[in-house]
Amino acid sequence: MTYKIKRDAMEKPFALDVDTDSICQPPSSSTLLIDRTFRMFARLGVFVVLALVVALVLEIGVKAIPGIQKYGLDMLTGTVWDVGQQQFGILPAIWGTLYSSLIALLIGGFFGISMAIFLTQDFLPARLAAVFRTIVELLAAIPSVVYGLWGIFVVIPFIRPLTDVLNESFGWIPFFSSTLSGPGLLPAALVLAIMILPTIAAVSQDALRSVPLKTKQAAYGMGATHWEAILKVMVPTAATGIFGSLVLGLGRALGETMALAMLVGNSNQISLSLFAPANTLAALLALNFPEAGPNEIGVLMYAALVLMVITLMVNILGSMMIMYAQRGVKA
Amino acid sequence: MKKPLLSTLVVAVATLALSSPAFADKVRLTGSGASFPAPIYLSWFKNLNKANPDLVVDYQSKGSGAGVQDFLNKTVDFAASDSAMKTEDMAKVSEGVQLLPMTAGEIIVTYNLPGNPKGLKLPRDVYPNIFLGKITKWNDPKIAAANPGVKLPDVPITVVVRADSSGTTAVFTKHLSAINAEFKSSLGEGNTVNWPTTNKFIKSPKNDGVTATVRQTPGAIGYIEYSYAKLAKVESALLQNKEGKFVAPGNSAETLAAIKIPEDMIAWAPDPEGANAYPIVTYTWMIFRKNNNDAHKARAMRDMVEFGLTEGQKIADALGYIPLPQSVVEQVRKAAANIK
Repeated sequence: MTYKIKRDAMEKPFALDVDTDSICQPPSSSTLLIDRTFRMFARLGVFVVLALVVALVLEIGVKAIPGIQKYGLDMLTGTVWDVGQQQFGILPAIWGTLYSSLIALLIGGFFGISMAIFLTQDFLPARLAAVFRTIVELLAAIPSVVYGLWGIFVVIPFIRPLTDVLNESFGWIPFFSSTLSGPGLLPAALVLAIMILPTIAAVSQDALRSVPLKTKQAAYGMGATHWEAILKVMVPTAATGIFGSLVLGLGRALGETMALAMLVGNSNQISLSLFAPANTLAALLALNFPEAGPNEIGVLMYAALVLMVITLMVNILGSMMIMYAQRGVKA
Repeated sequence: MKKPLLSTLVVAVATLALSSPAFADKVRLTGSGASFPAPIYLSWFKNLNKANPDLVVDYQSKGSGAGVQDFLNKTVDFAASDSAMKTEDMAKVSEGVQLLPMTAGEIIVTYNLPGNPKGLKLPRDVYPNIFLGKITKWNDPKIAAANPGVKLPDVPITVVVRADSSGTTAVFTKHLSAINAEFKSSLGEGNTVNWPTTNKFIKSPKNDGVTATVRQTPGAIGYIEYSYAKLAKVESALLQNKEGKFVAPGNSAETLAAIKIPEDMIAWAPDPEGANAYPIVTYTWMIFRKNNNDAHKARAMRDMVEFGLTEGQKIADALGYIPLPQSVVEQVRKAAANIK
């Protein structure tokens, strides 16, 4: 809006090519300067972020070397964690991390995507949808410790009667094979599901909203019902983005610490039972770092490295699946 | 506009210059460690600052193990620990180490049973076995025999232990190891021990975490410091002492007075004598360097200790701690002179 028509084009180097009546003009030196500075800062930002990641990986990697040399693969397959005896096995923690995150992803994913569909596909007046969206996004602002306490004081007493019934009637199914003592895998996974819900809901909503209106109109034009349009046209078209939301959610679930340290029971055992106490890598790290001596630091850094590798693999797997899905949609 | 600013600045600089001698006398001490004495230490340091505004003490409650680690890394002026300090750790400090018992406390066994029966009695052959995972039901005949008239439900015992490295665990397992040979051989004692891994053993972080988990879990049992139990108003079991009596916590001054403090100020009573002795009591220590190469700081630390020994002991009882016996106060005062 601030462009002015330059009449004295002779002053400018490209004057001959410029139509004097046009509002077009070559970029002024200040525009160029702003452009260059911005680009410089953007690049700097990228480098700083990259350097930070590299520094982090190096730091953890270097500090993990003593642990790797001393315990090697035994640590990945060991099941006993006993600082007194200098025995360190993290298999139960790896198992618990994956198991709890997967359950959280199933629950959080189902509700998150449903929520995204509900809020974007004309089920609600636009204003009401905005209110709902804000409420869901508020969930992301609650501190982890509060989730943990809420889990102990609300979720566990709430699900206890149900788990008792399930254990009594269906105890022969491995998932229900023990009674819920209090902290355990299921309460941890439930709270985790709520924690990753805002991520999944927000990113899925963006994905659904970015589907061109024409696509939807075309579906209706061909006689599709509301649900057919949603399930057969909208969701598949937005699949890449929705998948991305799930990967992000899983990444958050794998690394979540404080709420899990309070809810998972921190018991080094591998059990299929949803009601049994378990352990996760992040909780193990959080609870053992403050008191760690030099030998334990190496071991804990090794465990941190394992957690990083798991997260990385999940992300790579997710990206590959997204690429595969995209190819499917295009074809 | 400029002149008032300049004059304010001049005044400010002048005031600063005038008050600088007082400023130089101001000493700030930092300490970290045990969470068990944290409530009493924090109120000491607050009162101390009120009495002597030039002396500020910052204390971070992060666990005994972490405190000793900080002390070895020289990031703090003093540390606090419920499990004293290992001899090999002391050897690492070239300036010399002075441990001072500053207050004492009891560790209680808390439980959560339907109907909230008060004063559940736990015999000596029962509670170690609960923490070994061998007695698993509340209606176990051995528990029932000690508690006639109490309706014990047929529910599994959920054992809640500490997930982090803790002085509370060290003192508790030291006691269990002293009274039960099997506990000693299979689990032993330490800031962390390898608790049995079953579905009924749950680990929670910190004293508050254990308290909250026991409160929320019907059929749970756990061990916490008496001060936390008093704060949270949870039940504490009567434990059977060496002479066979069932004793409630909260009355251990006599027991403490009977413990002889040696030269290095580290004394334990893993299984105290006496008909009325509650079986799990412990001192908790502050750890100092003998040579601080800073006369101001050393004096400040001695002042802090003196304050804890005099004013500090008066509030101990109200907060759920045991005031130091007079003889111990004298001993600590003498040993505090080693902080230079």
